[in-house]
Amino acid sequence: MIEEVLVTARSNPKIDPSLGIWSWEVPMYLFLGGLTAGIMCFAALIILLRKEDQAPWAAKKMAIWAPVLLTVGMGALFLDLEHKLYVYRFYTTFQISSPMSWGSWILLLVYPVSILLVLCSIRDAYPRIGGVIERFSAGRWITAFACYHRQQVATWSLVLGVFLGFYTGILLSAFSARPFWNTGFLAPLFLISGLSSAAALVVLGTRSQAERMMFTKYDIGLISLELALIALLLVNLATGTGVQLDALKNVMGGEFTTRFWLYFVFIGLLIPVVLNYREISGRRTWAFLSPVLVLYGGYMLRLVTVEAGQVSTWTRYTQSFDPVLLDLLR
Amino acid sequence: MARYAMVIDTKTCIGCGDCVVACKTENKVPAGLNRDWVVEATRGTYPDLTTEFRSERCNHCSHATCVYTCPTGASHYWRDSNIVLVDAAKCTGCKACIAACPYDARLIMHPDGYIDKCTFCHHRVEQGLDPACVSSCPTRCMHFGVLDDPGSHVSRLLKSRTYKVLLSETGNQPNVYYLI
Ligand code: SF4
Ligand code: SF4
Repeated sequence: MIEEVLVTARSNPKIDPSLGIWSWEVPMYLFLGGLTAGIMCFAALIILLRKEDQAPWAAKKMAIWAPVLLTVGMGALFLDLEHKLYVYRFYTTFQISSPMSWGSWILLLVYPVSILLVLCSIRDAYPRIGGVIERFSAGRWITAFACYHRQQVATWSLVLGVFLGFYTGILLSAFSARPFWNTGFLAPLFLISGLSSAAALVVLGTRSQAERMMFTKYDIGLISLELALIALLLVNLATGTGVQLDALKNVMGGEFTTRFWLYFVFIGLLIPVVLNYREISGRRTWAFLSPVLVLYGGYMLRLVTVEAGQVSTWTRYTQSFDPVLLDLLR
Repeated sequence: MARYAMVIDTKTCIGCGDCVVACKTENKVPAGLNRDWVVEATRGTYPDLTTEFRSERCNHCSHATCVYTCPTGASHYWRDSNIVLVDAAKCTGCKACIAACPYDARLIMHPDGYIDKCTFCHHRVEQGLDPACVSSCPTRCMHFGVLDDPGSHVSRLLKSRTYKVLLSETGNQPNVYYLI
């Protein structure tokens, strides 16, 4: 038996007794970043594969959500910063070894490309907004530029969408100090989850029954892939080192078991996949329920991963120090 | 790259916590925050027990995952040595470095929000002094010096005694050594 007890005070906020540095903001940012990635990939693929007639909402109207959701996500990330006034420091350097630095610069590329993607179809999709933009000569020029280079814009959107989706996973998996995150499966899992969330958004947004069916089918495939990746991730942890096994216990009987299996896997993946299946077999379901649950599941995946990951650790101190007692002494 | 190391003799450490107090005083660490701490590790089954006291802090790793993770360069190596510092004027408080440290050695400087940690008292090292914790230890169980010099006190201690580092399996190459 080994017992390691802290015999002097250590109650650093958000670090002790276990790491709790990130709450809802970072998971929200990762979720909205993944959803943006999914939107860009689908909108681009529909254009590149010339399926605009079958999927008009995904091809034209959906893209506007990419810069909007990304802005909300970046807002959430900003709220999480402890030293907010120094946020500009992300853009005064490029740190090649830091995934977060890569992400900051990738986002700077994603923004203009996502806006060009919106402008490609703005005249058809949102004529009133398009009209306002085209009142300005710069607006006319940039819209004409985007429309003319539609294929290239779609190609870049696809490439950057995949990068962004992977990045949201790599951001966490690069932390070797947090055993629950330190697995290569997080990047594909977060990308697929982002695509699945975007497919759910199409189902919610479109008025075309054919497009709804098409994306309901896609989502069945994507959720199944997500389930497979989750299984692989768990197997990867289960066959890992001691610290990875300890990390796995968090979702296998430990503190995060209910959140992971019930709130994420069951409600956020299994119920929607069953509902989608009923939908495509022509049985009546509440059409909005499944995509809402998929979006909820996308957020839960990030939330439970961030929470279970940050408490996974290499150290095993028992805290004998009670900060409340120190307050009594003051 | 000058490699500074701390060598702590677990055989003479009595876990008094003077190093913790000295650090708080020297570096004006606010109440409720700590850059160093003492661990009492007990091994075995009663009545066959052994106890070891360890004064712990940032290990000023040669492969510092906190430095490599920092997106702004705020976490950096001081003057081409292994001493890891945080430049508050570059730190966004994103906390990536906290997640990246396997020793949980970093802290958030409340209420300002930048990230803080042990500095090996580089302001004292510059003047040829030992870090405050090392100077204040009443049992003289802590030693500080340069590992590149084979004749330095710390190098000789590591040559003559059995030692360990914490969590060497992380690959961080820590530079706080414990004589056992
Ligand atoms: S102990 Fe942690 S904070 Fe210190 S250098 Fe190593 S990784 Fe960085
Ligand atoms: S909190 Fe500060 S020192 Fe730490 S990684 Fe972020 S910017 Fe760097």
